[in-house]
Amino acid sequence: MKIIEVDQLVKKFGSFVANDHLTFDVEEGEVFGFLGANGAGKTTAIRILCGLSYPTSGRISVAGFDVYREREKIKQNIGYMSQKFSLYEDLTVSENIRLYAGIYGLRKQEIRERETELLERLGMSDIRKRRIGEIPLGWKQKLAFSVAVFHKPRIVFLDEPTGGVDPITRRQFWELIYEATKEGITVFVTTHYMDEAEYCDRVSIMVQGRIEALDTPRNLRRDHQAGDMNEVFLQLAREGS
Amino acid sequence: MKRFRGFVIKEFRHIFRDPRTLAILFGLPVVMIILFGYVVSNELKNIKLVVYDQSEDPVSRELTDKVLASGYFVHVADITSEKQIDEIFKAQQAKLVLIFDRDFEQQIMNEGTVSLRLVADAADANSAILAVNYAQAIIADHFRRQGGGVELPWQVNGRSRMVFNPELRGVYMFVPGLMALILMLISALMTSVTITREKEFGTMEPLLASPLKPREIILGKVAPYVVLSFVNAITIVVLGVLIFRVPIIGSITLLLLECLLFITLALSLGVFISSAAKTQQMAMILSMIGLMLPTILLSGFIFPIDNMPVVLQWFSAIMPARWFIVIVKDIMLKGTGMPFIWKETLILVGMTLFFIMMAVRKFKTRLE
Repeated sequence: MKIIEVDQLVKKFGSFVANDHLTFDVEEGEVFGFLGANGAGKTTAIRILCGLSYPTSGRISVAGFDVYREREKIKQNIGYMSQKFSLYEDLTVSENIRLYAGIYGLRKQEIRERETELLERLGMSDIRKRRIGEIPLGWKQKLAFSVAVFHKPRIVFLDEPTGGVDPITRRQFWELIYEATKEGITVFVTTHYMDEAEYCDRVSIMVQGRIEALDTPRNLRRDHQAGDMNEVFLQLAREGS
Repeated sequence: MKRFRGFVIKEFRHIFRDPRTLAILFGLPVVMIILFGYVVSNELKNIKLVVYDQSEDPVSRELTDKVLASGYFVHVADITSEKQIDEIFKAQQAKLVLIFDRDFEQQIMNEGTVSLRLVADAADANSAILAVNYAQAIIADHFRRQGGGVELPWQVNGRSRMVFNPELRGVYMFVPGLMALILMLISALMTSVTITREKEFGTMEPLLASPLKPREIILGKVAPYVVLSFVNAITIVVLGVLIFRVPIIGSITLLLLECLLFITLALSLGVFISSAAKTQQMAMILSMIGLMLPTILLSGFIFPIDNMPVVLQWFSAIMPARWFIVIVKDIMLKGTGMPFIWKETLILVGMTLFFIMMAVRKFKTRLE
């Protein structure tokens, strides 16, 4: 089943075309990678899918809802984590979790149970009363992701979630992502780390507002006779410019 | 509603966990009102006075005593020649010289006119004018009470101002102005900063991507500040009454309601500013320059509106604080009610609605 359907999405800022007729689908339960250099239009597209911005034209549905008319329903069904770190530094771990859980309308009882379970799984039970500002970046990042999927959304959008994080933490972060997919959550992730592309089920590569390639990492490497995703990307970027 | 409550609680936590915010929110108003009340008041005290009494009769002595008894003047010296005035001013020994001509008493009796001169050191023009005004008012008052039949040209002059502020106390004028300034500063500054902070730290996006509606986000951010600014308004009134003995002749309820209206206006201005500013610093500068300075300069707080060039008077008319100050003065000092201030109130309501509309529209377009 297709959980995201995008048909001829165009987004213009004045005369600048940030998204140039994007067409793609995302299957339910997959990890969909959205790759591209900085400024290729990834964030613009993800913002439209999250209901943060209107497209100029095109037909787009997320979780079965139309982005023009049913933004509220979309927002109820998605989680979002932006490239800028997004928990409140002056609130404690627990307060951050409860704030977002409350915003998504979870019940108190439910929140309490899930919070305990989550903190245990992350090994953070001891620091639930510590302020976010006091804990290491890697932990924050994991926590931010966990908060984004705390309300069990159908899709979670991750906009450059691993920016500025060391390789080990990135690895651990991807383990969290896989855990989320086991619970049936679809993951839509943008990144410019090409090694992360290998972790995705399918990858689309954007160059200057257009999708230049979309397939599984294995097929992409084969089609471009490349050893890794980085080579694929460089080839496409050269052709595109 | 439950979602919204959690969001408001979060905002309160931000405020109470940040010492700087707390200091601005609660320390600043108290410090400002005490500073302004004592230091920057436009009232002069202990003006150094020199008397040159050539007549030395009962009336001139009585007048001198009367002037000194007012508490505004200190008698530093007597002189015996007009030539000494120059030296005294140059040495800054006195600000004002009171001169009684020869045969002072005689003149009153015979001709019904008095020749009495006031010479002021106008190097500092403002205080010179004030000193002369005070002295004139006191002398005029003296003759009026005496019913001496002496008409002084300034008698009518001083009167209008003295009705609601019989002691000519500057602090009466300052408390309403300060209320406007502080409420404007705190409400607009704090909201614009707290909203831009979410933008800067990237916490706004997850909120916008959540089921919270934009207007809920704005309301949730602003709600705590309505409460806290209102506490501030009450603090200022209480300080004014307790420390500076400013009277509240009119209805306190009405006064507080008008404060609430003004706070709402200032908050919507803050939201409006936050939609234009990308960073906290930008928001701060915009609030300071865009709101604070005009409020101080153009609202009639310090400089009388009637004395401004016509163009500035127009600008003054779009300052919310100008109308609020009129309202507060009317309620506190004159004891008037709605029948007299409905026009000003209506202007404030109109401005509030305008800025809320603008803020909402700006906030929406920013999302596109």
